[in-house]
Amino acid sequence: MSYKNPVTTPRKSATFDDYTLSEIRRAAATGIYDIRGGGAKRKVPHFDDLLFLGASMSRYPLEGYREKCETGVTLGTRFAKKPLELKIPITIAGMSFGSLSGPAKEALGRGASAAGTSTTTGDGGMTEEERGHSTQLVYQYLPSRYGMNPRDLKRADAIEIVIGQGAKPGGGGMLLGQKISDRVAEMRNLPMGIDQRSACRHPDWTGPDDLEIKIQELREITDWEKPIFIKVGGARPYYDVALAVKAGADVIVLDGMQGGTAATQEVFIEHVGQPTLACIRPAVKALQDMGMHRKVQLIVSGGIRNGADVAKALALGADAVSIGTAALVAIGDNDPKWEADYNALGTTTGAYDDWHEGRDPAGITTQDADLMKRVDPIAAGRRLANYLKVMTLEAQTIARACGKNHVHNLEPEDLCALNIEAAAMAGVPLAGTNWVPGQGGF
Amino acid sequence: MPVFDLATTELRALNQALHALDKSGASEDFEITNPRGAHAVAVGIDAPVNVTIKGSVGYYCAGMNEKATVTVNGNAGPGVAENMMSGKVVIKGDASQYAGATAHGGLLVIEGNASSRCGISMKGVDIVVKGNIGHMSAFMAQSGNLVVLGDAGDALGDSLYEARLFVRGTVKSLGADCEKKEMRAEHIELLTKLLADAGITDVKPEEFTRYGSARTLYNFSVDNFDAY
Repeated sequence: MSYKNPVTTPRKSATFDDYTLSEIRRAAATGIYDIRGGGAKRKVPHFDDLLFLGASMSRYPLEGYREKCETGVTLGTRFAKKPLELKIPITIAGMSFGSLSGPAKEALGRGASAAGTSTTTGDGGMTEEERGHSTQLVYQYLPSRYGMNPRDLKRADAIEIVIGQGAKPGGGGMLLGQKISDRVAEMRNLPMGIDQRSACRHPDWTGPDDLEIKIQELREITDWEKPIFIKVGGARPYYDVALAVKAGADVIVLDGMQGGTAATQEVFIEHVGQPTLACIRPAVKALQDMGMHRKVQLIVSGGIRNGADVAKALALGADAVSIGTAALVAIGDNDPKWEADYNALGTTTGAYDDWHEGRDPAGITTQDADLMKRVDPIAAGRRLANYLKVMTLEAQTIARACGKNHVHNLEPEDLCALNIEAAAMAGVPLAGTNWVPGQGGF
Repeated sequence: MPVFDLATTELRALNQALHALDKSGASEDFEITNPRGAHAVAVGIDAPVNVTIKGSVGYYCAGMNEKATVTVNGNAGPGVAENMMSGKVVIKGDASQYAGATAHGGLLVIEGNASSRCGISMKGVDIVVKGNIGHMSAFMAQSGNLVVLGDAGDALGDSLYEARLFVRGTVKSLGADCEKKEMRAEHIELLTKLLADAGITDVKPEEFTRYGSARTLYNFSVDNFDAY
């Protein structure tokens, strides 16, 4: 009779988990940081950690289908002669032609227009497809100024000065050589096939005092017609918003760390910037402290997925939200029907994020002529419009349940939080208590 | 000739009048007096008009200019002729930072000195500076020509793309990936034309040294670690 000592179950390190080990091996083999698209994948406190209270004895709800719950939003009421009038409080975030294919940009324009909202250009300039298919188009004014020209500035419906984005506050753009096709190179005035290194700071102004003068110039060039947006990443939202107001913004776009990027270092995406939920309350507080809440509109982005997220962002004080990643999914990104192709690239549906490589099986984040044919801009635009309408209906459903006849009438008082972190970030009570942690300034 | 006295007229009225001009046809010359350092003077013009400014201007004079000829009889603040598409802008005095930033076309002539970041991210414009230029000039310059009759400051042409830089005097230091290049016949010919366009007749193109991109940073390599 033999005896064998019992062994312990193999145990992997929580610190050096499988992903971490694979990243160390990847870095050692390649000598380049990991670059990918999308936003932060780590779990952070988010809208799922909030709940609406709904109507009860002390509040009465509105009747679905019979009693109106408005969803319209006007952006740019502060200075612009021609504000944007949107039917729904959900806009499409800035995404470049270059990072996205022409058909994908067209689909975004078609979908947004059908739903009565705006879409936004990106680094690299405005394309004819995009302008032609977007009834309301916001023109991004970026540090690189690739493709920037006064003709497009004047035919835009609004101008968005990009200071930063949630995926990489403090970082510039990046478009690797694989995606610099003839057309992209021509629009950006770059040699074909090189890595595009976009600047992280604007070339002709430094700081908010200069920005005020820059905004004056843009307004003079466009005869004070266009709303001027300022987009910031979720870094120091209270002060960033206060300075944006001071610089003369009509609208502020605030993008949390779950907001996507076309291509950025993984270390940047996961380790710089604050979660969207943590950004809203300080931003709204800054507007309120300056007497500018609802006068300067606030658009929140970064991880908006459904009508509940929309309603929660609005209840916390935003005027509208913006979607990027979710819009790409609606037009076909990471669709399970391409699973075999994802597997061939060493990944799987739902995890594909090597958007910078230009080999997107869904034909969205690519400049490959064959792959981009997989996007039918008419059908994909229809899907996006459907999705935007569903989100709006969901937000209306919640607003009615809270007794509101406009989604903007949702308020923090309608919310509670499931955990202390979310309660502190959102400035609403922990469920079942009247305790709002984290009070006392920033 | 329309005369706008900015001591008594709003800037808005001036720019609106300039924007109302016929894009293709000839128009009367404009004169602007008492600019007194105003920002955004004569911006966003899209017509072949001559605009003369009598005095010094603030930020972004002649910004995004198309087709117009704008002459400043004084100094210009930061970002003069930024993102110019075409036309000509002449500064009789000195220019501050970011002169000609991101400009796609046209000719910018600075008869005095230009400060730092002259021609930053230039995308096709020609810039001729009769005096000296400051540090970080032609940073990330993509295309076009920068001609300097005097000296250049630190880090000239850092992270340069395909713009050509011609300096007649000394260069304090070159930026990352910028190197001295051979002056070939085609460059002498180009420089001859640029000097003539800028109205400079007393300087020979052979007196200049050409600088351009070494192109070693065009695609990432860990072996360039020290440059990052």
